[in-house]
Amino acid sequence: MALPSTLNRYLLLLAQEHLEFRLPEIKSLLSLFGGRFSSHQEIHGNSPFWILSIPSEDIARNLMKRTVCAKSIFELWGHGKSPEELYNSLKSYPMEKMAPFLHSDTTYKIKIHTFNKTLTQEEKVKRIDALEFLPFEGKVNLKDPQHVFSILEDYGLDPNHIPEKPLNIYFGRWIADGQRELIESYSVKKRHFIGNTSMDAGLSFIMANHGKVKENDIVFDPFVGTGGLLIPSAHFGAYVCGTDIDYNTIHGLGKASRKNQKWRGPDENIKANLRQYGLEKYYLDVLIADASKPSWRKGLFFDAIITDQSHIPVSFNYHLSDMFIDLLNFAAETLVLGGRLVYWLPVYIPEYMEEIIPRHPCLKLISNCEQRLSSHTARRLITMEKVKDFEDQDQYSHLLDNQFLPYKGLNSFREKYFSGVTKRIAKEEKSSQE
Amino acid sequence: MRAQAGMKLLTHNLLSSHVRGVGPRGFPLRIQATEIRVSPVDFNPDFVTRMIPKMEWTALVEAAESLGHLSELPRQLKEGYEKDEDFLRKVHHVLLEVEVVEGTLQCPESGRLFPISRGIPNMLLSDDEATS
Repeated sequence: MALPSTLNRYLLLLAQEHLEFRLPEIKSLLSLFGGRFSSHQEIHGNSPFWILSIPSEDIARNLMKRTVCAKSIFELWGHGKSPEELYNSLKSYPMEKMAPFLHSDTTYKIKIHTFNKTLTQEEKVKRIDALEFLPFEGKVNLKDPQHVFSILEDYGLDPNHIPEKPLNIYFGRWIADGQRELIESYSVKKRHFIGNTSMDAGLSFIMANHGKVKENDIVFDPFVGTGGLLIPSAHFGAYVCGTDIDYNTIHGLGKASRKNQKWRGPDENIKANLRQYGLEKYYLDVLIADASKPSWRKGLFFDAIITDQSHIPVSFNYHLSDMFIDLLNFAAETLVLGGRLVYWLPVYIPEYMEEIIPRHPCLKLISNCEQRLSSHTARRLITMEKVKDFEDQDQYSHLLDNQFLPYKGLNSFREKYFSGVTKRIAKEEKSSQE
Repeated sequence: MRAQAGMKLLTHNLLSSHVRGVGPRGFPLRIQATEIRVSPVDFNPDFVTRMIPKMEWTALVEAAESLGHLSELPRQLKEGYEKDEDFLRKVHHVLLEVEVVEGTLQCPESGRLFPISRGIPNMLLSDDEATS
């Protein structure tokens, strides 16, 4: 399969968590930086190794400044299913691409990583020495080299079945690491203001990436709670705002969610959370408002709407499926063209099917990623993109019989499905707390 | 203890009353402020330039004026404002640095008051009042 000659190949090394969320994150980020995700990409399901064709090193670096799913990226110089295949592959890598990093004025070091196997120091040195045929002219510097090269050996995914020989071996020039350290620095454990449903930091950053948030955007959360989802967007340079129907949460009042703490202190509110990370300047406002009865004037204000409404209690009169219809209509009305909606959908696994996902004529479904909560329940992170301007009649599209017949049957199915889901999830939460 | 933050005029410029029947006449909300705060925010010309086209300019000027912080904003936008740093700084100040900590927002059509308490506007309507 011939690759376009203008594209360079890179090896992306991914972390083995949130597996379903990785591809949409990388795709969204590549499109944010002008790359395109082509079908030439060699992605293998759950593997931590992906080979991507990216037009430039700049785009690769920009990708790594945002991703929390990927650990590192390497300019791929060679790969194979055996050492011989790897060496042949390296010998056919164009000399003019290698030369700038090998010449006598440079310093370098070669590292080796193995996945799902441990090698002795002796074995590692042997493998590095085997690359002596490469025309390195620079000096080895183990402490602070200009260029770092890596051999990566893939021994599969099954810790109970470790093969004698690697399944794949890669060699590349290290370009950059991803942002996984943000997961630790923004950990909920250290945050001043949390609620009962504050989300894991990694997932909240993934959401901002699925939302293609960029500098100077306005990002809105209609179910803002303690503001956890605003933080990653602010970290990426967007200005953030939110609404919530709960007065006490917004004002930082009432019982604290942290163990051993009785009442929330005056420094506990959303702005204080942003201040904790030096992101205060990105805080616009939060309001007390009902997301189903929005108080915005007509206009396209938001570049992204990123929310988690799964903690909202659903009242008798306001069905869960109505909440999603309202949310999608709201997104269609207030997002800029190309803007994204990112939200969670509760799922009862035995009855789930893709048709359950709410649709809207102005919004295109981009991705749908499952996070399992229990053996029968999960939630799915839905990402949609506004592709068409909103005209009033779209609001009633789900009611029109002949034009949208497929939706009619689905809506009653959704109704039944979501009311069942909420009951089940509530039941499971209750029993897990007992 | 840190001073309380307040509602910014950028946000006010996007808000409308949704009392049943008022429609577009619910904008702009009249501000009655009992406590205002001016708080410095890092100047970001790119953000300000992006926001200006989204603003209802007349409403912004009126709101700033009603708070006594007109800050020499012109009543009409001039061509080429993107390159006028002086002008952008004034807009930045009005959009992001003037905050209403305590007060009310009043629907110009129905007179309904929405309180601002500790810097947070409460836009909740009862079921009877809200647009269906």
